[in-house]
Amino acid sequence: MTLVSASKAAGLREVDAPHSLVAHFGAEHPLQMDAGISFSPLTIAYQTYGALNADKSNAVLVCHALTGDQHVANDHPITGKPGWWQTMVGPGRPIDTDRYFVISSNVVGGCMGTTGPASLNPTTGRPYGLDLPIVTIRDMVRAQAMLIDHLGIDTIFCVVGGSMGGMQVLQWVASFQERVFAAMPIATAAKHSSQNIAFHEVGRQAVMADPDWRRGRYLEEGVIPTKGLAVARMAAHITYLSDEALQSKFGRKLQGRVAPTFSFDAEFQIENYLRYQGMSFVDRFDANSYLYVTRACDYFDLAADYDGSLALAFKGAKTRFCVVSFNSDWLYPTAASRAIVHALNAGGASVSFVDIETDRGHDAFLLNIPEFIATSRGFLDAAARARGLPPAKTRAS
Amino acid sequence: MRNEENPAGAPPTIADAARVDLLLVADMVDPNSRVLDVGCGDGALLRLLAEEKGVDARGIELSQRGVNDCVAKGLSVIQGDADTDLEAYPDDAFDYVILSQTLQATRHPRKVLEHMLRIGRHAIVSFPNFGHWRIRAQVALGGHMPLTRNLSCPWYDTPNIHFCTILDFVALVQEIDARIERGVALDRFGAPLAYSAPWIWNLFGEQGVFRLTRKR
Repeated sequence: MTLVSASKAAGLREVDAPHSLVAHFGAEHPLQMDAGISFSPLTIAYQTYGALNADKSNAVLVCHALTGDQHVANDHPITGKPGWWQTMVGPGRPIDTDRYFVISSNVVGGCMGTTGPASLNPTTGRPYGLDLPIVTIRDMVRAQAMLIDHLGIDTIFCVVGGSMGGMQVLQWVASFQERVFAAMPIATAAKHSSQNIAFHEVGRQAVMADPDWRRGRYLEEGVIPTKGLAVARMAAHITYLSDEALQSKFGRKLQGRVAPTFSFDAEFQIENYLRYQGMSFVDRFDANSYLYVTRACDYFDLAADYDGSLALAFKGAKTRFCVVSFNSDWLYPTAASRAIVHALNAGGASVSFVDIETDRGHDAFLLNIPEFIATSRGFLDAAARARGLPPAKTRAS
Repeated sequence: MRNEENPAGAPPTIADAARVDLLLVADMVDPNSRVLDVGCGDGALLRLLAEEKGVDARGIELSQRGVNDCVAKGLSVIQGDADTDLEAYPDDAFDYVILSQTLQATRHPRKVLEHMLRIGRHAIVSFPNFGHWRIRAQVALGGHMPLTRNLSCPWYDTPNIHFCTILDFVALVQEIDARIERGVALDRFGAPLAYSAPWIWNLFGEQGVFRLTRKR
């Protein structure tokens, strides 16, 4: 039996008492889920930065990736590390919190305060576990729209996100095009490829193969499938990096030894690194949540909802798009972004597209890549001018 | 704040030759039309068209720097090139599709021209004329591939893989069932030639600028 660590206990507290703002939606405001269920009650945990202007025209919605959360630009309540997108969001950053009202909410199915499989099911008094309906990207977006309504905002100035966050951006425009002035889908795809699904399935099977998973009822039994979740994270983490980046960072370097010891210890630095990534992940993430959010990505195929035509999904959209890919990203490769761009062009949408040259792989969207930051700043500044928002404060550089 | 203009010392993203015909090309575009500029560089032409003529301006540009400059100007520009990205546009998506100083650098100039005339009602093309007397003289008398002010790359290091003369271009236009609506040849200083017979263009024009449309 795995002992529940102190930090894991802190993580579980985030499920029911997050260090965030929360919005509650009762039976009178159910979430209409793709699984065919009117779901309630629903809690959405969210963070905001900056101030909403009088016209309510300066809201930026940041959609987080698979294992991200609403803590975009503040220290993380469990890990204490800086927010996951402080390169992009903050005073004077491209998503300038001096200019914009930035909103980010934890996705449905998550584990940082929004209703997910670790949340208590009020009808049973136990965690939902796998009783939570399967969540889709569209469900996540519907929930975000409920939050935006709750905040009294009609049109969002810009919806932005990378990876699974980018899928939400695309879904936002497809579902609510008149409510989105500008959109930045980054390092993403309009559908999950067979390879994408395959990697996710490896992760899920790793979780489910852990004897401590207990068919999803581990929380009641006081155990955590840490080993399975860590292996899932290790496998996924490889897909976030490029071969080139791994080679230059680790190569075949040995870990704390000068010669191989001919054992199955973490001989190589890359092994040690992956083990660390796996073990630190289980401290902040719920195993069932991992099943739900990976599943949501797998079901994502935006064109399928529009007779197989991605162009139809964006038809008539007045939204200004800036699509960004990274040339070393093999998880959601440049071609996947190009397909989005071609569909937008076919629909006559206003779209810009940049393929940023970097060897950092998929994770590049989280990093301080000057060309990426410059593109984002340029696009948002121009969109803000078009939206009639006042220019940025001048700052001493 | 980011300076929208190129910082000092940065290499220009469109060739000087293209700047000369910028106004000429702009003059061939009707106000309030839909324009796609293929190889739009830093967006100078698109911006001119958007601001002076109220044009709905879109672009395609190969260089990341060029795209970034365009995006910062509020232009809708995608990173790509004429050979691979025109295919995805639907028929009649634009009034004008512009290809400035790029035709000779494409892999399949004929296909590119055909796509331009498919997705645009008009195509505007400018290119360096390989039939200019100075170039003819360099090949005929000097025995070397020509080097001029506008064509300054040596043969082993040039992006220009499909040179043509103005007469060659006119023949291709015939072959793809298009017609020339307007044609101008420019001398080495970028001034339009006074005479406008194709053989005069071919001999004395350093560049040609043509507006085409489909015959049917």
